[in-house]
Amino acid sequence: MTIEVRDLRKIYRMGVERIHALDGVDLSIERGEFVAIMGASGSGKSTIMNILGCLDKPTSGEYILNGKPTHKMGAIELARVRNEQIGFVFQTFELLPRATALRNVQLPLQYSRRRFFGSRRMAKRALERVGLADRMSHRSSQMSGGQRQRVAVARALVNRPAILLADEPTGNLDSTTTHEIIALFTELHEEGQTIIIVTHEEEVAGHAQRIVRLCDGLIMSDFPTNEDPIHTAFVQQAASMASARARREPAGRPMLGPTRTHESQEAAQ
Amino acid sequence: MSFVPRLFFQTVLFAILQIWTNKVRSVLTCLGIIIGVWAIAAVIAFMGGLQGFVMNEVDAFGAKKVFIMPHRPDELDGKVSWRDVRMNAEDTEALRKYAKSLTHVTIVAERGMPVRSAEVSKQSVAVTGIQPDWHDIEKNFPLAGRPILNADDEEALPVVVINDLAVDELRLPNDGVGEFVYIKNRRFLVIGVIKSKDIKISNDRVESKCYIPYSTFSRMSRWQWPYIIAEMKSADNSEETRAEVASVLRRARDLRPAWPNTFRIQFVQEFLDVIKNLGAGLTLAAGVLVGIALLVGGIGIMNIMLVSVSERTREIGLRKAVGANPMVILLQFLIEAIILCMSGGAIGLVFAQVTTIAMQELPRKMGDKMPVDLSAAEIPMWAIFLSFGFSASVGVVFGMWPAIKAARLDPIEALRHE
Repeated sequence: MTIEVRDLRKIYRMGVERIHALDGVDLSIERGEFVAIMGASGSGKSTIMNILGCLDKPTSGEYILNGKPTHKMGAIELARVRNEQIGFVFQTFELLPRATALRNVQLPLQYSRRRFFGSRRMAKRALERVGLADRMSHRSSQMSGGQRQRVAVARALVNRPAILLADEPTGNLDSTTTHEIIALFTELHEEGQTIIIVTHEEEVAGHAQRIVRLCDGLIMSDFPTNEDPIHTAFVQQAASMASARARREPAGRPMLGPTRTHESQEAAQ
Repeated sequence: MSFVPRLFFQTVLFAILQIWTNKVRSVLTCLGIIIGVWAIAAVIAFMGGLQGFVMNEVDAFGAKKVFIMPHRPDELDGKVSWRDVRMNAEDTEALRKYAKSLTHVTIVAERGMPVRSAEVSKQSVAVTGIQPDWHDIEKNFPLAGRPILNADDEEALPVVVINDLAVDELRLPNDGVGEFVYIKNRRFLVIGVIKSKDIKISNDRVESKCYIPYSTFSRMSRWQWPYIIAEMKSADNSEETRAEVASVLRRARDLRPAWPNTFRIQFVQEFLDVIKNLGAGLTLAAGVLVGIALLVGGIGIMNIMLVSVSERTREIGLRKAVGANPMVILLQFLIEAIILCMSGGAIGLVFAQVTTIAMQELPRKMGDKMPVDLSAAEIPMWAIFLSFGFSASVGVVFGMWPAIKAARLDPIEALRHE
């Protein structure tokens, strides 16, 4: 079991008011799973993401990562866990603008106790993995959004983390690059990487194995993707809309959507 | 490379990069430190130069010299006349005989007198009555001819030692020895020629001078105000010397026990102490100014580091998210502040070195117009370390708060920062 969360609670104080961002969440995620966490804003999905990423500590409850109870750790230990066990991908990429792609990817290795020799080689390998072998010495300010996000993924992967956490990784991308990034995540998952992704886009969530829906700090539903009622409904609706459009304009560009693309690929074959 | 030194190395490198990226801002920030270090190093160099100059002059003047001046205290008004307190040959005789802490003693009296030679006649030339010990005390022996000897003084002979300037001014043939000059219309034989000394801390002017035996002088000048110059065995025990000289002179003058001294004893060493105190005072004043400059500089550093922390809040958040712990972030900002300050210190030292070279060169350019010669001015090694130490500690003190602020940032909040 990679992630084991028991009765996780997080309470924020806003003046006299107490806001229960998480109100007793139980969740376990196996090694190699690809999980999408969904929910409306204020549902607590960012909070759980921050706790899973060891950026924040729960008010109460347990979070066991790879058998280690992180809720008992201090700031320095948590920093080490973030460095060695967790790879973060942010919605806004968070690259150092003046540094090259290679330097950006090397950043986590700078704080790593484990390796030093070959940090450059490791960064190169990570960049090759995300398909940016020819962009290593470009500054991130000279790159497109999709490329930047791929650099960010490479940075998240460089230290071989146990889990890859992505917080709305496609939120700032257009549909084409969204596709690229999702394809990259799918590939990584197929290679055995544990991935947890927070998103509000059903299409993006459709690529995950499992969808966890949060509402008001509680888990509302937790199904494998193809059994999730909301997702199934979304897919059906998308399919019908697409077919309606296909009838109107047969030579049109295929609509973007996970299931649709999948089908059209099969159809092409 | 193990983890900690590697991280340190990377942090230093990163800090230098960061400073280099904001060159103009960094230099402006450092201005206070630059000026502070510049001032402190330049003042230390100046004081070193001044002390070197004074020491040199005092050595030339004679650090072991003691001056004994006549003095009439107010209590003795009516009991003792000015005439009685004047120094005389008996006083020197007594000192020579009984004051064991003195090596040489001479009485000195000076007056302007008309002097003429075969070719030139001068209205007023400084004529000094001396005893043979004068040559030993002043370390000024004739270049040509002979010094004034005991026999000259005992017999009150009409012999004169003149300085090289007087040889020129009186247009004496050859080196002047063996010629005759007329002082107050009396014929004197020139027996020796000495070098004129230029000592800036004494008020002796560089001019023509004649030195005649004191006994001869006292016969020629009815009204005179002689004093005694003596030399101590060692410059250190001035208090013992003072006590001994006082007791010998009191006995020689037969003063009543209740009466105060009718003379004053002054040591060159005391003059030196005054200079040293002056130097300490100057250094203190400069220190206060430098302290203010460093304080202002430090506040500038703190300000810019706070700006830097808030500018790089997101970056700090990211670094924390990828595993930098609070200590590492603290160190990063602290080291940046320290390097900023130390670069300021280095620039300040370069300016100070330029100033010091100017100090050394100035007297050479200006020649005699410059009252002091600061060619001994230099920034000593300890001052360089002191400057760097000061600027580094300014960095630590004023960089600490921004660094703590950065280290304490919540990564989530920091990543949300615009």
